[in-house]
Amino acid sequence: MSVITINNVSKIFNEGQANEVVALQDINLEIEAGEFVSLIGPSGCGKSTLLRLIADLLSPSQGQLSVNGKSPEAARLAREYGFVFQASTLYEWRTIRKNVMLPLEIMGYAAEEQTSRAQKMLEMVELSKFGNHYPRQLSGGMQQRASIARALAFEPPLLLMDEPFGALDEFTRDRMNMELLRIWQQTQTTIVFVTHSIAEAVFLSNRVVVMSARPGRIKDMIGVDLPYPRLFETREEAGYFTAVTQVRESLRDAFLSA
Amino acid sequence: MTQSRFRYYLPTLIVAVAVIAGWELVVRLFNIQQFLLPKPSSIVQSLIEEWDIIQPRIWNTARGALGGFAIGCTLGIGMAFITARFVALQQAMMPFAIAANSVPIIAMSPIMFNWFGPTNPISWMMIVAVIVFFPVLINVTRGLTEVNPAALELMHSYAASEWKILQSLRIPNAVPFLFSALRVASVLSMIGSIVADFFGAERTTLGKYVTQEAAVLRFDHTWAAILVASLIGILFYGVIILAERWLIPWSQEGGER
Repeated sequence: MSVITINNVSKIFNEGQANEVVALQDINLEIEAGEFVSLIGPSGCGKSTLLRLIADLLSPSQGQLSVNGKSPEAARLAREYGFVFQASTLYEWRTIRKNVMLPLEIMGYAAEEQTSRAQKMLEMVELSKFGNHYPRQLSGGMQQRASIARALAFEPPLLLMDEPFGALDEFTRDRMNMELLRIWQQTQTTIVFVTHSIAEAVFLSNRVVVMSARPGRIKDMIGVDLPYPRLFETREEAGYFTAVTQVRESLRDAFLSA
Repeated sequence: MTQSRFRYYLPTLIVAVAVIAGWELVVRLFNIQQFLLPKPSSIVQSLIEEWDIIQPRIWNTARGALGGFAIGCTLGIGMAFITARFVALQQAMMPFAIAANSVPIIAMSPIMFNWFGPTNPISWMMIVAVIVFFPVLINVTRGLTEVNPAALELMHSYAASEWKILQSLRIPNAVPFLFSALRVASVLSMIGSIVADFFGAERTTLGKYVTQEAAVLRFDHTWAAILVASLIGILFYGVIILAERWLIPWSQEGGER
Protein backbone atom coordinates (compact mmCIF):
# COMPACT_ATOMS: atom_id res chain seq x y z
CA MET A 1 0.00 0.00 0.00
CA SER A 2 1.26 3.46 -0.79
CA VAL A 3 2.87 5.37 2.01
CA ILE A 4 3.55 8.44 -0.10
CA THR A 5 1.51 9.60 -3.08
CA ILE A 6 2.58 12.62 -5.10
CA ASN A 7 0.10 13.85 -7.72
CA ASN A 8 0.95 16.47 -10.36
CA VAL A 9 2.97 18.46 -7.88
CA SER A 10 4.73 21.65 -8.89
CA LYS A 11 6.73 24.07 -6.77
CA ILE A 12 7.56 27.57 -7.94
CA PHE A 13 9.63 29.96 -5.84
CA ASN A 14 9.11 33.73 -6.12
CA GLU A 15 6.17 33.23 -8.44
CA GLY A 16 5.51 36.17 -10.73
CA GLN A 17 8.71 37.96 -9.81
CA ALA A 18 11.90 38.53 -11.73
CA ASN A 19 13.76 35.75 -9.89
CA GLU A 20 11.06 33.15 -10.34
CA VAL A 21 12.34 29.57 -10.17
CA VAL A 22 10.37 26.50 -11.20
CA ALA A 23 11.89 24.05 -8.75
CA LEU A 24 9.55 21.16 -9.56
CA GLN A 25 7.11 20.51 -12.36
CA ASP A 26 4.47 17.79 -12.75
CA ILE A 27 5.92 15.37 -10.25
CA ASN A 28 4.09 12.05 -9.99
CA LEU A 29 5.44 9.42 -7.66
CA GLU A 30 4.18 6.62 -5.45
CA ILE A 31 6.21 5.03 -2.71
CA GLU A 32 5.14 1.78 -1.05
CA ALA A 33 5.57 0.82 2.57
CA GLY A 34 8.99 -0.60 3.40
CA GLU A 35 10.68 0.70 0.26
CA PHE A 36 14.09 2.35 0.15
CA VAL A 37 13.84 4.99 -2.58
CA SER A 38 16.69 7.28 -3.59
CA LEU A 39 16.26 10.62 -5.35
CA ILE A 40 19.27 11.54 -7.46
CA GLY A 41 19.92 14.28 -9.99
CA PRO A 42 22.04 17.31 -10.86
CA SER A 43 22.04 20.39 -8.65
CA GLY A 44 18.82 22.32 -8.94
CA CYS A 45 16.69 19.33 -9.93
CA GLY A 46 14.52 19.86 -6.88
CA LYS A 47 15.25 16.66 -4.98
CA SER A 48 15.71 18.43 -1.64
CA THR A 49 12.64 20.55 -2.38
CA LEU A 50 10.61 17.40 -3.03
CA LEU A 51 11.74 15.93 0.26
CA ARG A 52 10.69 19.09 2.08
CA LEU A 53 7.29 19.02 0.36
CA ILE A 54 6.76 15.51 1.72
CA ALA A 55 7.85 16.78 5.14
CA ASP A 56 5.47 19.77 5.02
CA LEU A 57 8.43 22.10 5.50
CA LEU A 58 7.32 23.63 2.19
CA SER A 59 3.93 23.70 0.49
CA PRO A 60 3.32 22.82 -3.15
CA SER A 61 2.32 25.50 -5.65
CA GLN A 62 0.15 22.94 -7.40
CA GLY A 63 -0.91 19.35 -6.93
CA GLN A 64 -1.36 17.15 -3.88
CA LEU A 65 0.77 15.03 -1.67
CA SER A 66 -0.46 12.37 0.67
CA VAL A 67 1.63 10.83 3.42
CA ASN A 68 0.27 7.78 5.25
CA GLY A 69 -3.13 8.62 3.80
CA LYS A 70 -3.11 12.16 5.20
CA SER A 71 -1.99 15.60 4.07
CA PRO A 72 1.70 16.29 4.72
CA GLU A 73 0.70 18.78 7.38
CA ALA A 74 -1.40 16.23 9.24
CA ALA A 75 1.42 13.72 8.98
CA ARG A 76 3.85 16.27 10.37
CA LEU A 77 1.56 17.15 13.26
CA ALA A 78 1.10 13.44 13.93
CA ARG A 79 4.91 13.09 13.96
CA GLU A 80 4.93 10.35 11.40
CA TYR A 81 8.36 10.93 9.96
CA GLY A 82 11.91 11.56 11.05
CA PHE A 83 14.16 13.95 9.13
CA VAL A 84 17.94 13.70 8.82
CA PHE A 85 19.77 16.71 7.38
CA GLN A 86 23.12 16.90 5.68
CA ALA A 87 24.66 18.86 8.49
CA SER A 88 24.05 16.94 11.67
CA THR A 89 22.15 19.81 13.35
CA LEU A 90 22.76 18.31 16.73
CA TYR A 91 22.28 20.98 19.38
CA GLU A 92 25.75 21.80 20.62
CA TRP A 93 24.56 22.58 24.14
CA ARG A 94 23.13 19.11 24.66
CA THR A 95 24.99 15.88 25.21
CA ILE A 96 24.53 13.17 22.58
CA ARG A 97 22.05 11.37 24.78
CA LYS A 98 20.08 14.57 25.37
CA ASN A 99 20.11 15.29 21.67
CA VAL A 100 18.61 11.89 20.92
CA MET A 101 15.99 12.59 23.58
CA LEU A 102 15.05 15.95 22.05
CA PRO A 103 12.08 14.77 19.93
CA LEU A 104 10.86 12.65 22.84
CA GLU A 105 10.89 15.68 25.14
CA ILE A 106 8.96 17.77 22.65
CA MET A 107 6.46 15.00 22.04
CA GLY A 108 5.85 14.60 25.76
CA TYR A 109 7.12 11.10 26.43
CA ALA A 110 7.49 10.09 30.08
CA ALA A 111 10.95 10.55 31.56
CA GLU A 112 11.78 6.87 32.00
CA GLU A 113 10.64 6.13 28.49
CA GLN A 114 12.79 8.94 27.14
CA THR A 115 15.84 7.46 28.82
CA SER A 116 15.17 3.87 27.79
CA ARG A 117 14.42 4.76 24.17
CA ALA A 118 17.49 6.97 23.94
CA GLN A 119 19.62 4.15 25.30
CA LYS A 120 18.15 1.68 22.82
CA MET A 121 18.79 4.04 19.92
CA LEU A 122 22.34 4.77 20.98
CA GLU A 123 23.02 1.05 21.14
CA MET A 124 21.52 0.53 17.72
CA VAL A 125 23.89 3.08 16.16
CA GLU A 126 26.73 1.89 18.38
CA LEU A 127 27.26 5.14 20.24
CA SER A 128 26.26 4.00 23.72
CA LYS A 129 29.69 4.85 25.12
CA PHE A 130 29.39 8.43 23.89
CA GLY A 131 26.08 9.35 25.47
CA ASN A 132 27.61 11.97 27.74
CA HIS A 133 29.84 13.56 25.15
CA TYR A 134 29.08 16.80 23.39
CA PRO A 135 28.62 16.87 19.59
CA ARG A 136 31.80 18.81 19.03
CA GLN A 137 33.77 15.92 20.53
CA LEU A 138 32.51 13.47 17.92
CA SER A 139 33.64 12.92 14.35
CA GLY A 140 31.35 13.73 11.41
CA GLY A 141 30.35 10.10 10.95
CA MET A 142 29.51 9.70 14.61
CA GLN A 143 27.47 12.89 14.59
CA GLN A 144 25.42 11.61 11.67
CA ARG A 145 24.86 8.32 13.48
CA ALA A 146 23.57 10.33 16.42
CA SER A 147 21.28 12.26 14.04
CA ILE A 148 19.88 8.99 12.73
CA ALA A 149 19.37 7.75 16.28
CA ARG A 150 17.51 10.96 17.04
CA ALA A 151 15.34 10.65 13.92
CA LEU A 152 14.34 7.12 14.86
CA ALA A 153 13.89 7.71 18.59
CA PHE A 154 10.14 8.08 18.28
CA GLU A 155 9.93 5.16 15.81
CA PRO A 156 8.35 6.95 12.84
CA PRO A 157 7.18 4.75 9.99
CA LEU A 158 8.89 7.07 7.49
CA LEU A 159 12.45 8.39 7.36
CA LEU A 160 13.39 11.32 5.12
CA MET A 161 17.11 11.80 4.59
CA ASP A 162 18.67 14.73 2.75
CA GLU A 163 22.21 13.78 1.69
CA PRO A 164 23.04 12.68 5.24
CA PHE A 165 26.46 11.26 4.34
CA GLY A 166 27.39 13.95 1.84
CA ALA A 167 30.02 15.54 4.04
CA LEU A 168 31.82 12.29 4.89
CA ASP A 169 34.81 10.64 3.24
CA GLU A 170 34.22 7.63 1.01
CA PHE A 171 35.23 4.92 3.49
CA THR A 172 33.11 6.35 6.29
CA ARG A 173 30.29 6.77 3.83
CA ASP A 174 30.46 3.13 2.72
CA ARG A 175 30.44 2.01 6.32
CA MET A 176 27.51 4.29 7.14
CA ASN A 177 25.62 2.86 4.14
CA MET A 178 25.89 -0.63 5.58
CA GLU A 179 24.88 0.60 9.03
CA LEU A 180 21.85 2.31 7.54
CA LEU A 181 20.77 -0.86 5.75
CA ARG A 182 21.12 -2.80 8.97
CA ILE A 183 18.98 -0.24 10.80
CA TRP A 184 16.46 -0.25 7.98
CA GLN A 185 16.12 -4.01 8.17
CA GLN A 186 15.72 -3.82 11.94
CA THR A 187 13.12 -1.06 12.02
CA GLN A 188 11.26 -1.76 8.75
CA THR A 189 10.74 1.95 8.06
CA THR A 190 10.13 3.41 4.62
CA ILE A 191 13.11 5.55 3.58
CA VAL A 192 13.27 8.37 1.04
CA PHE A 193 16.92 9.22 0.51
CA VAL A 194 18.35 12.20 -1.41
CA THR A 195 21.90 11.77 -2.65
CA HIS A 196 24.48 12.96 -5.12
CA SER A 197 26.27 9.65 -5.23
CA ILE A 198 25.28 7.04 -7.82
CA ALA A 199 27.13 4.30 -5.95
CA GLU A 200 25.29 5.13 -2.74
CA ALA A 201 21.88 5.32 -4.43
CA VAL A 202 22.30 1.93 -6.08
CA PHE A 203 23.82 0.22 -3.05
CA LEU A 204 21.09 1.33 -0.68
CA SER A 205 17.85 1.43 -2.65
CA ASN A 206 15.41 -0.92 -4.27
CA ARG A 207 14.42 1.95 -6.56
CA VAL A 208 16.34 4.96 -7.86
CA VAL A 209 14.40 8.01 -9.05
CA VAL A 210 16.49 10.04 -11.50
CA MET A 211 15.56 13.71 -11.78
CA SER A 212 16.51 16.39 -14.27
CA ALA A 213 16.87 20.10 -13.62
CA ARG A 214 15.38 23.32 -14.94
CA PRO A 215 12.61 22.62 -14.41
CA GLY A 216 12.83 19.82 -11.84
CA ARG A 217 11.20 16.69 -13.28
CA ILE A 218 11.31 12.96 -12.79
CA LYS A 219 13.19 11.53 -15.72
CA ASP A 220 13.49 7.87 -14.86
CA MET A 221 12.68 5.27 -12.25
CA ILE A 222 15.21 2.50 -12.15
CA GLY A 223 14.58 -0.62 -10.09
CA VAL A 224 17.61 -2.20 -8.41
CA ASP A 225 17.24 -5.97 -8.43
CA LEU A 226 19.95 -6.91 -5.96
CA PRO A 227 18.77 -8.95 -2.99
CA TYR A 228 19.02 -7.82 0.62
CA PRO A 229 20.99 -8.01 2.84
CA ARG A 230 23.56 -6.21 0.78
CA LEU A 231 27.12 -6.60 1.94
CA PHE A 232 30.53 -5.18 1.21
CA GLU A 233 30.91 -7.74 -1.60
CA THR A 234 27.72 -6.56 -3.30
CA ARG A 235 29.65 -3.62 -4.64
CA GLU A 236 31.74 -6.05 -6.63
CA GLU A 237 28.89 -7.96 -8.26
CA ALA A 238 27.88 -7.69 -11.89
CA GLY A 239 24.30 -6.78 -11.05
CA TYR A 240 25.56 -3.78 -9.07
CA PHE A 241 27.62 -2.48 -11.97
CA THR A 242 24.75 -2.88 -14.39
CA ALA A 243 22.48 -0.84 -12.17
CA VAL A 244 25.14 1.83 -11.64
CA THR A 245 25.67 2.10 -15.39
CA GLN A 246 21.94 2.39 -15.97
CA VAL A 247 21.66 5.22 -13.46
CA ARG A 248 24.77 6.91 -14.76
CA GLU A 249 23.52 6.91 -18.36
CA SER A 250 20.14 8.21 -17.32
CA LEU A 251 21.83 10.96 -15.34
CA ARG A 252 24.06 11.86 -18.25
CA ASP A 253 21.00 12.53 -20.36
CA ALA A 254 19.55 14.52 -17.50
CA PHE A 255 22.70 16.63 -17.39
CA LEU A 256 22.86 17.12 -21.12
CA SER A 257 19.28 18.17 -21.41
CA ALA A 258 19.57 20.67 -18.56
CA MET B 1 47.65 26.01 39.82
CA THR B 2 48.70 23.04 37.72
CA GLN B 3 52.06 22.98 36.00
CA SER B 4 50.75 23.74 32.54
CA ARG B 5 48.49 26.53 33.77
CA PHE B 6 51.45 28.18 35.49
CA ARG B 7 53.54 27.95 32.33
CA TYR B 8 50.67 29.44 30.36
CA TYR B 9 50.52 32.52 32.58
CA LEU B 10 54.27 32.86 33.07
CA PRO B 11 54.96 35.17 30.09
CA THR B 12 52.13 37.47 31.23
CA LEU B 13 53.58 37.58 34.73
CA ILE B 14 57.03 38.36 33.42
CA VAL B 15 55.67 41.21 31.30
CA ALA B 16 53.72 42.59 34.27
CA VAL B 17 56.76 42.57 36.52
CA ALA B 18 58.91 44.09 33.78
CA VAL B 19 56.42 46.90 33.15
CA ILE B 20 56.14 47.79 36.83
CA ALA B 21 59.90 47.65 37.32
CA GLY B 22 60.45 49.70 34.18
CA TRP B 23 57.89 52.27 35.28
CA GLU B 24 59.55 52.65 38.67
CA LEU B 25 62.98 53.05 37.06
CA VAL B 26 61.88 55.58 34.45
CA VAL B 27 60.16 57.82 36.99
CA ARG B 28 63.13 57.75 39.34
CA LEU B 29 65.71 58.25 36.59
CA PHE B 30 64.01 61.15 34.91
CA ASN B 31 62.71 62.66 38.14
CA ILE B 32 59.20 62.84 36.77
CA GLN B 33 56.97 64.89 39.03
CA GLN B 34 54.52 62.89 41.08
CA PHE B 35 51.54 64.85 39.77
CA LEU B 36 52.42 63.72 36.22
CA LEU B 37 53.20 60.10 36.86
CA PRO B 38 53.69 58.65 40.34
CA LYS B 39 56.02 55.73 40.99
CA PRO B 40 54.42 52.33 41.54
CA SER B 41 56.05 52.28 44.95
CA SER B 42 54.41 55.55 45.97
CA ILE B 43 51.07 54.33 44.67
CA VAL B 44 51.30 51.26 46.86
CA GLN B 45 52.46 53.39 49.74
CA SER B 46 49.51 55.78 49.31
CA LEU B 47 47.19 52.82 49.21
CA ILE B 48 48.50 51.59 52.55
CA GLU B 49 48.44 55.08 54.11
CA GLU B 50 45.00 55.97 52.83
CA TRP B 51 43.48 52.53 53.32
CA ASP B 52 41.18 53.64 56.14
CA ILE B 53 39.73 56.31 53.88
CA ILE B 54 39.59 54.22 50.74
CA GLN B 55 38.24 51.00 52.21
CA PRO B 56 34.70 52.18 53.17
CA ARG B 57 34.34 53.71 49.71
CA ILE B 58 34.95 50.44 47.93
CA TRP B 59 31.63 48.90 48.86
CA ASN B 60 29.60 51.98 47.85
CA THR B 61 31.15 52.07 44.41
CA ALA B 62 30.88 48.33 43.96
CA ARG B 63 27.28 48.40 45.07
CA GLY B 64 26.46 51.02 42.46
CA ALA B 65 28.11 48.87 39.81
CA LEU B 66 26.47 45.63 40.91
CA GLY B 67 23.04 47.17 41.42
CA GLY B 68 23.15 48.89 38.05
CA PHE B 69 24.41 45.70 36.41
CA ALA B 70 21.53 43.72 37.88
CA ILE B 71 18.90 46.29 36.86
CA GLY B 72 20.33 46.74 33.38
CA CYS B 73 20.58 43.00 32.77
CA THR B 74 17.08 42.25 33.99
CA LEU B 75 15.56 45.03 31.89
CA GLY B 76 17.72 44.14 28.90
CA ILE B 77 16.86 40.44 28.98
CA GLY B 78 13.18 41.15 29.59
CA MET B 79 13.01 43.62 26.74
CA ALA B 80 14.87 41.19 24.47
CA PHE B 81 12.23 38.49 25.00
CA ILE B 82 9.50 40.96 24.14
CA THR B 83 11.19 42.25 20.98
CA ALA B 84 12.14 38.74 19.86
CA ARG B 85 8.53 37.65 20.10
CA PHE B 86 7.14 40.56 18.09
CA VAL B 87 9.28 40.84 15.00
CA ALA B 88 7.74 44.13 13.92
CA LEU B 89 8.63 45.66 17.26
CA GLN B 90 12.18 44.36 16.98
CA GLN B 91 12.73 45.85 13.54
CA ALA B 92 11.38 49.19 14.70
CA MET B 93 13.45 49.28 17.88
CA MET B 94 16.86 47.95 16.89
CA PRO B 95 18.16 51.11 15.14
CA PHE B 96 17.18 53.14 18.21
CA ALA B 97 18.81 50.69 20.55
CA ILE B 98 22.05 50.73 18.58
CA ALA B 99 22.01 54.52 18.39
CA ALA B 100 21.22 54.92 22.09
CA ASN B 101 24.10 52.57 22.88
CA SER B 102 26.44 55.20 21.50
CA VAL B 103 25.21 58.01 23.74
CA PRO B 104 28.06 59.08 26.05
CA ILE B 105 27.43 58.02 29.63
CA ILE B 106 28.55 61.30 31.08
CA ALA B 107 25.68 62.97 29.30
CA MET B 108 23.25 60.68 31.13
CA SER B 109 24.42 61.32 34.67
CA PRO B 110 23.03 64.83 35.25
CA ILE B 111 19.70 63.57 33.89
CA MET B 112 19.62 60.62 36.26
CA PHE B 113 20.55 62.78 39.28
CA ASN B 114 17.77 65.13 38.30
CA TRP B 115 15.23 62.31 38.11
CA PHE B 116 16.21 60.22 41.11
CA GLY B 117 17.90 62.72 43.40
CA PRO B 118 21.56 63.74 43.75
CA THR B 119 22.21 61.73 46.88
CA ASN B 120 20.09 58.70 46.07
CA PRO B 121 22.19 55.58 45.37
CA ILE B 122 19.54 54.63 42.79
CA SER B 123 20.81 57.43 40.57
CA TRP B 124 24.22 55.79 40.39
CA MET B 125 22.64 52.44 39.70
CA MET B 126 20.44 53.84 36.93
CA ILE B 127 23.43 55.36 35.16
CA VAL B 128 25.13 51.97 35.20
CA ALA B 129 21.85 50.29 34.23
CA VAL B 130 21.59 52.41 31.08
CA ILE B 131 25.15 51.48 30.09
CA VAL B 132 24.47 47.79 30.65
CA PHE B 133 20.96 47.72 29.17
CA PHE B 134 21.76 48.22 25.52
CA PRO B 135 24.54 45.68 24.92
CA VAL B 136 22.48 43.08 26.79
CA LEU B 137 19.31 43.92 24.84
CA ILE B 138 21.02 43.83 21.46
CA ASN B 139 22.93 40.62 22.14
CA VAL B 140 20.13 38.64 23.72
CA THR B 141 17.72 39.66 20.93
CA ARG B 142 20.23 38.43 18.39
CA GLY B 143 20.74 35.21 20.33
CA LEU B 144 17.00 34.53 20.42
CA THR B 145 16.39 35.31 16.77
CA GLU B 146 19.59 34.32 14.99
CA VAL B 147 19.06 30.60 15.09
CA ASN B 148 20.47 28.04 12.66
CA PRO B 149 17.71 27.61 10.01
CA ALA B 150 18.22 23.85 9.88
CA ALA B 151 17.80 23.66 13.66
CA LEU B 152 14.50 25.52 13.25
CA GLU B 153 13.39 23.16 10.45
CA LEU B 154 14.15 20.28 12.77
CA MET B 155 11.77 21.76 15.34
CA HIS B 156 9.06 22.15 12.69
CA SER B 157 9.50 18.54 11.67
CA TYR B 158 8.65 17.66 15.30
CA ALA B 159 5.57 19.92 15.13
CA ALA B 160 6.98 21.76 18.16
CA SER B 161 4.99 24.69 19.57
CA GLU B 162 6.51 28.18 19.61
CA TRP B 163 6.88 27.87 23.36
CA LYS B 164 8.85 24.62 23.03
CA ILE B 165 11.00 26.18 20.33
CA LEU B 166 11.75 29.08 22.67
CA GLN B 167 12.57 26.74 25.54
CA SER B 168 14.62 24.12 23.71
CA LEU B 169 16.25 26.12 20.94
CA ARG B 170 16.16 29.88 21.22
CA ILE B 171 17.10 30.27 24.86
CA PRO B 172 20.09 27.88 24.85
CA ASN B 173 21.18 29.48 21.59
CA ALA B 174 21.11 32.90 23.26
CA VAL B 175 23.24 31.99 26.28
CA PRO B 176 26.66 32.51 24.62
CA PHE B 177 25.36 35.79 23.19
CA LEU B 178 24.25 36.85 26.67
CA PHE B 179 27.65 36.10 28.16
CA SER B 180 29.50 38.05 25.53
CA ALA B 181 27.34 41.03 26.51
CA LEU B 182 27.89 40.35 30.22
CA ARG B 183 31.66 40.39 29.80
CA VAL B 184 31.46 43.86 28.32
CA ALA B 185 28.82 44.95 30.81
CA SER B 186 30.82 43.85 33.85
CA VAL B 187 33.71 46.11 32.93
CA LEU B 188 31.46 48.97 31.85
CA SER B 189 29.51 48.90 35.10
CA MET B 190 32.60 49.70 37.16
CA ILE B 191 33.50 52.47 34.75
CA GLY B 192 29.97 53.77 34.87
CA SER B 193 29.84 53.71 38.65
CA ILE B 194 33.01 55.79 38.92
CA VAL B 195 32.25 58.19 36.10
CA ALA B 196 28.78 58.79 37.52
CA ASP B 197 30.54 60.22 40.58
CA PHE B 198 31.98 63.05 38.59
CA PHE B 199 28.61 64.74 38.98
CA GLY B 200 26.21 64.39 41.82
CA ALA B 201 26.58 65.34 45.46
CA GLU B 202 29.34 64.28 47.81
CA ARG B 203 29.29 60.59 48.73
CA THR B 204 31.71 58.14 50.21
CA THR B 205 32.69 56.57 46.92
CA LEU B 206 35.89 55.87 45.03
CA GLY B 207 34.88 58.19 42.22
CA LYS B 208 34.48 61.15 44.57
CA TYR B 209 37.81 60.30 46.18
CA VAL B 210 39.48 60.32 42.75
CA THR B 211 38.11 63.76 41.88
CA GLN B 212 38.93 65.20 45.30
CA GLU B 213 42.52 64.00 45.35
CA ALA B 214 43.06 65.06 41.76
CA ALA B 215 41.79 68.52 42.64
CA VAL B 216 44.52 68.88 45.27
CA LEU B 217 47.09 67.35 42.92
CA ARG B 218 47.64 64.25 45.09
CA PHE B 219 47.85 61.96 42.10
CA ASP B 220 49.53 59.14 43.98
CA HIS B 221 46.27 58.91 45.97
CA THR B 222 44.28 59.15 42.78
CA TRP B 223 46.18 56.27 41.20
CA ALA B 224 45.77 54.23 44.36
CA ALA B 225 42.00 54.54 44.11
CA ILE B 226 42.11 53.74 40.39
CA LEU B 227 44.17 50.65 41.17
CA VAL B 228 41.56 49.45 43.64
CA ALA B 229 38.74 50.16 41.18
CA SER B 230 40.56 48.27 38.42
CA LEU B 231 41.07 45.28 40.68
CA ILE B 232 37.35 45.20 41.46
CA GLY B 233 36.55 45.44 37.76
CA ILE B 234 38.90 42.56 36.99
CA LEU B 235 37.39 40.55 39.82
CA PHE B 236 33.90 41.15 38.45
CA TYR B 237 35.01 40.14 34.95
CA GLY B 238 36.63 37.03 36.43
CA VAL B 239 33.36 36.05 38.11
CA ILE B 240 31.56 36.34 34.77
CA ILE B 241 34.18 34.15 33.10
CA LEU B 242 33.82 31.53 35.81
CA ALA B 243 30.03 31.61 35.50
CA GLU B 244 30.41 31.22 31.75
CA ARG B 245 32.70 28.20 32.17
CA TRP B 246 30.21 26.62 34.52
CA LEU B 247 27.11 27.33 32.42
CA ILE B 248 28.54 26.72 28.96
CA PRO B 249 30.62 23.57 29.36
CA TRP B 250 30.14 22.57 25.75
CA SER B 251 32.33 25.29 24.41
CA GLN B 252 35.35 24.30 26.47
CA GLU B 253 38.14 22.14 25.11
CA GLY B 254 37.52 18.53 26.01
CA GLY B 255 34.50 19.43 28.12
CA GLU B 256 32.64 16.42 29.35
CA ARG B 257 29.82 16.35 31.83
